[in-house]
Amino acid sequence: MAHNRCLNTCSFGPKIVSVVPEPPWTSVSHAHPHPPTSEMHLCVSRALGGDTAFNIHSVFKQALNSLGSDEQIEKWTPLIDSFQIIVTYAQTELGHGTYLQGLETTATYDASTQEFVLNTPTLSATKWWPGDLGRTATHALILANLYSSGRCHGMHGFILPIRSLQDHSPLPGITVGDIGPKMNFEQTDNGFLQLDHIRIPRENMLNRFSQVLPDGTYVKQGTPQSNYLTMIVLRVQLLASEFIPALVKACIIATRYSVVRHQSKIKPSEPEAKILDYQTQQQKLFPQLATAYAFHFIDEIVIEFFKKSYQEIINGNITNLPELHALSAGMKAMMSDHCILGAELCRRACGGHGYSLLSGLPSLVTKVTASCTYEGENTVLYLQTARFLLKNFLQVQSSQSTPTLPQSIQYLASAGSGRCPAQRTSDFLSPQLYTEAFAHVAARLIRNSAQKLHNLTSSGIDQYVAWNQTAILHLQAAKAHCYHFTVKTFVESLKKLEKEPEIYQVIKRLCDLYALHGLLSNLGDFLYDGYMSRAQVELATEAYFSLLSLIRKDAILLTDAFDFSDESLNSALGCYDGNVYERLFEWAQLSPTNTEGNPAYEKYLRPFLKNNRSKL
Amino acid sequence: MNPDLRRERDAASFDAEKLTHILDGGPERTRRRREIENLILNDPDFKHEDLNFLTRSQRYEIAVRKSATMVKKLRDFGIADPEEIMWFKRLHMIHFVEPVGLNYSMFIPTLLNQGTTAQQQKWLPPSKGLEIIGTYAQTEMGHGTHLRGLETTATYDPKTQEFILNSPTVTSIKWWPGGLGKTSNHAIVLAQLYTKGECYGLHAFIVPIREIGTHKPLPGIIVGDIGPKFGYDEMDNGYLKMDNYRIPRENMLMKYAQVKPDGTYVKPLNNKLTYGTMVFVRSFLVGEAARSLSKACTIAIRYSLVRHQSEIQPGDPEPQILDFQTQQFKLFPLLATAFAFQFVGAYMKETYHRINVDISQGDLSELPELHALTAGLKAFTSWTANSGIEACRMACGGHGYSHCSGLPNIYVTFTPTCTFEGENTVMMLQTARFLIKSYDQVHSGKLVGGMVSYLNDLSSQRIQPQQVAAWPAMVDINSPDSLTEAYKCRAARLVEAAARNLQAELKHRKSKEIAWNLTSVDLVRASEAHCHYVVVKIFSGNLSKIDDKPIQTVLKNLCLLYALYGISQNSGDFLQGGILTESQLTQVNQRMKELLTIIRPNAAALVDAFDFQDVSLGSVLGRYDGNIYENMFEWAKKSPLNKTQVHESYYKHLKPLQSKL
Repeated sequence: MAHNRCLNTCSFGPKIVSVVPEPPWTSVSHAHPHPPTSEMHLCVSRALGGDTAFNIHSVFKQALNSLGSDEQIEKWTPLIDSFQIIVTYAQTELGHGTYLQGLETTATYDASTQEFVLNTPTLSATKWWPGDLGRTATHALILANLYSSGRCHGMHGFILPIRSLQDHSPLPGITVGDIGPKMNFEQTDNGFLQLDHIRIPRENMLNRFSQVLPDGTYVKQGTPQSNYLTMIVLRVQLLASEFIPALVKACIIATRYSVVRHQSKIKPSEPEAKILDYQTQQQKLFPQLATAYAFHFIDEIVIEFFKKSYQEIINGNITNLPELHALSAGMKAMMSDHCILGAELCRRACGGHGYSLLSGLPSLVTKVTASCTYEGENTVLYLQTARFLLKNFLQVQSSQSTPTLPQSIQYLASAGSGRCPAQRTSDFLSPQLYTEAFAHVAARLIRNSAQKLHNLTSSGIDQYVAWNQTAILHLQAAKAHCYHFTVKTFVESLKKLEKEPEIYQVIKRLCDLYALHGLLSNLGDFLYDGYMSRAQVELATEAYFSLLSLIRKDAILLTDAFDFSDESLNSALGCYDGNVYERLFEWAQLSPTNTEGNPAYEKYLRPFLKNNRSKL
Repeated sequence: MNPDLRRERDAASFDAEKLTHILDGGPERTRRRREIENLILNDPDFKHEDLNFLTRSQRYEIAVRKSATMVKKLRDFGIADPEEIMWFKRLHMIHFVEPVGLNYSMFIPTLLNQGTTAQQQKWLPPSKGLEIIGTYAQTEMGHGTHLRGLETTATYDPKTQEFILNSPTVTSIKWWPGGLGKTSNHAIVLAQLYTKGECYGLHAFIVPIREIGTHKPLPGIIVGDIGPKFGYDEMDNGYLKMDNYRIPRENMLMKYAQVKPDGTYVKPLNNKLTYGTMVFVRSFLVGEAARSLSKACTIAIRYSLVRHQSEIQPGDPEPQILDFQTQQFKLFPLLATAFAFQFVGAYMKETYHRINVDISQGDLSELPELHALTAGLKAFTSWTANSGIEACRMACGGHGYSHCSGLPNIYVTFTPTCTFEGENTVMMLQTARFLIKSYDQVHSGKLVGGMVSYLNDLSSQRIQPQQVAAWPAMVDINSPDSLTEAYKCRAARLVEAAARNLQAELKHRKSKEIAWNLTSVDLVRASEAHCHYVVVKIFSGNLSKIDDKPIQTVLKNLCLLYALYGISQNSGDFLQGGILTESQLTQVNQRMKELLTIIRPNAAALVDAFDFQDVSLGSVLGRYDGNIYENMFEWAKKSPLNKTQVHESYYKHLKPLQSKL
């Protein structure tokens, strides 16, 4: 029940606070906050299974650090670190999401009192979805359109008290509550908020990059691009905190269950086989396992790049900002997409028992599936990556000499042979060979989308309409680009393992499988311009199948290596000791339906049955 | 009504009402369906609080109450036709999740199929009148699809003329049967029959599990609810453990096999009739896939017409999100799929009824193919609908994640279809067995009929490269018939490839079974391609039966979109098989985008034609009137967390935290 869950997680929240030492980025100079490396938080959250409140509190903190002035950071940080106030981040509105310019909430400056008047002018302007807002938060960081001296200056952030610090009741003019049950996150009180001409002091507008002077003059300072930074930070953090663990846990549970569960016979003379010995089961699970490993290693490299670029951007060098933005958008979209699909696939691979909440799988799925929209809807994010690709592609095309391209798209400049060189099965186990194949496809799709767009605009169609009419192509191009990036990056990180030959061999197989699975599931793209021949497809398929049986032997150790405790898996099917059935039976007894009697029988069934019998 | 939706409806090129008649099978049936639905809508006895705000126990209680009410109402209204009962249930139970439902869907049909006349006389009247409530217990904790693996035993004791039912291990505990946990007082239990020291395999036994009058489990019976699930909150799926529990000899269902009083086992006459029930249930599930996907499409498309977001051109007002090509590309292929599956569902129902007549006249010749086809189509349609519903939910952005959208409920209620009544992968492999058998038959010189007749051409000609090259010229991407041919070629190619790979494995001196396992991924793909072909064929075959020109036009466009989308998603197969050329594939992609634009103006009317009542959609986003935001706000206010302004956790945890630090 949502109700009880809220109680429980609230009690976890404070405990986290006491176990986690000062997060590393809070102690440094506020003028140049370090990139958030909340590893300790991640560990605690991992141990607690992730169901904790106050998550948005830390989102607020990042927003404050990126958008607030030094004085503001100094004023609010002690209050939030000591939990004297609990703050949520209120951006999304009932009628408006990804498209920030569409938000309707207003903040109008009143020079006579030096206050902002915050207002919700319409129903669709109601703030909707912010976590911890419904019942928990005392303050909110509100994103609103700033009006001053009669002009609109766009989105700005305002800190607003919403509940009394004495008795927690909503302040006058504030309508606040919970938005009701969701697919998961029952423990989080996602909320709604309506503001009826609420006045706050001028100092409550976050003003690192722009401010309103007492007389109402609007002053802009610094680059507005840095506003992206909060979003980028969040997206990069989500990879390791939300997406990848969901897929990893689902893989552990499904793989362990698949060696405990016996079903049917492969050979009539033998006992029932472990379901993981069926090729169809391997075909379901091993690509997910390979993806889990791929994402784990890729994330490490993304984080490295992120930390380096973040430091540069904070120091005023924004060279890497466009690439960082495109990369974080693309990886957020791709990893969440694949983790959602993969976790659900693992759930369904556990047959009927995967449908029981006791398997732990439904809650993993319903939790990670929210990620396709939060922090940027995935389709929109892919299209942002596509714009970056298009821009750089046009640059390659128009420049005489080879331009210096950002790292992740250098393949756009190097012209490949146009033919896959594979001659035998083992060639498809060459990282260089398949990385090139993905580069070829990505480059072709980017070129194609650019061309189609150009054709439309040069035939006189407005550029915005033309973009919409070619959006599917841009989407495909961005996806292909992201796929290439992940394959290339997984291959690069393999090199670090060369000193450990045994580990290297096992992970190399996963890398091969990841690439070949991607290739075979998008076969049309590789066959399309004759890059691969039909005979080569047969070779690639053969290589793929040979990997399945090789990985089979190591499957359990590969899942054990992730080192998740039984407590954090919280799954009767995925426990380390494999005592699946005993646990299922034991856990089922604890269900309230078994411990709390049967009121429905007393109320309806008994009289009903009695009545039916007496009629005879 | 929301002005966007009104405008959309006015702009449609066809009459949605007429399309509803086509989907229902005639105007008279539409009328009767609505009449029955209105009985429920106008009946205060079926009103209750929004289930989303209730606990599982409360949801179970409401379901039991409604079931009890329903039995009375069906009598009152004189509704007896099975299909009309279905209409009635569909609206009042919304998702068909009904603790008493197994009594009707499994207990009574099994009595009818496997009980002797005497047994039927004894048990049918009380179960039909709900003096007893029965369920059907087959699946065990450790054993599902593979029936022979079940461990529960029924050992005959000639001294007392009783069967001793026993659950010898943890894995043998009956697990999952609906209505077993709390509701039923009888169960038909499947168990391995032992008599005179021999095991005779699975048989069905009627087992009383709860005491009449007190509803307490009988001595020797351990029974309960298996705990919370992804969905089906209203259903008390249960477990059952029997400890040397005795029932009279007469409680074994003995229409076919028998155990004589002295313990002699009498073998059943060989019969394929038990196929009949499976075929019926699976063909019904094909219809469910169509309905669930249609519901999800209705919600997502209506919402996409009311929701405005971003801008296509700077300065213009925010457009309806359905005007974005990417949104159309997410939803219209699914809408086309929903219509395709509606026609497939109708086809399955007809075929089942037709073949039933044959069977009753002793003609079983078509049964194997129908059995293979329903297995595959159940898997194909449920997999597709499963991911389609989820795609609809994600297309609704954040609001799709809220239970007010209704989409999470549709998904969690539908997704078990992928595993129950035969796990989908296993189903696909059953179809593959039939395909391979047919392929071998053709090879040995015998022609095959029905939907697999394309294998006849294939093997006599032995695909030659020249012939392969001859195909592309034949494909006209604007002709549903021609596209059906293309799908047929794909199916033929993949069946052939799987058969050849199977042969190759066998040549490596592997046993038949190992070879089958090592080819199973190919075999599943072959079955999928076969089913895909069947769906395209049925959809395009239906177009000519439609007289109304505007409707025929709009359905033809949907049929084309369905076929072309499938080609673009599986372009590797069509290129690899030499069925389409590269330039044709480019045309396919281009044509698909044109179709999105052509279908766009009719989107609202197309989902209106499914004719779902708001109650049965259970969705604020999918409301017919499109007044979404007002109603979301009203809905949220009812959330239990909003019952008090200050939640109790504030006093317990937050206040102490704030004062301590």
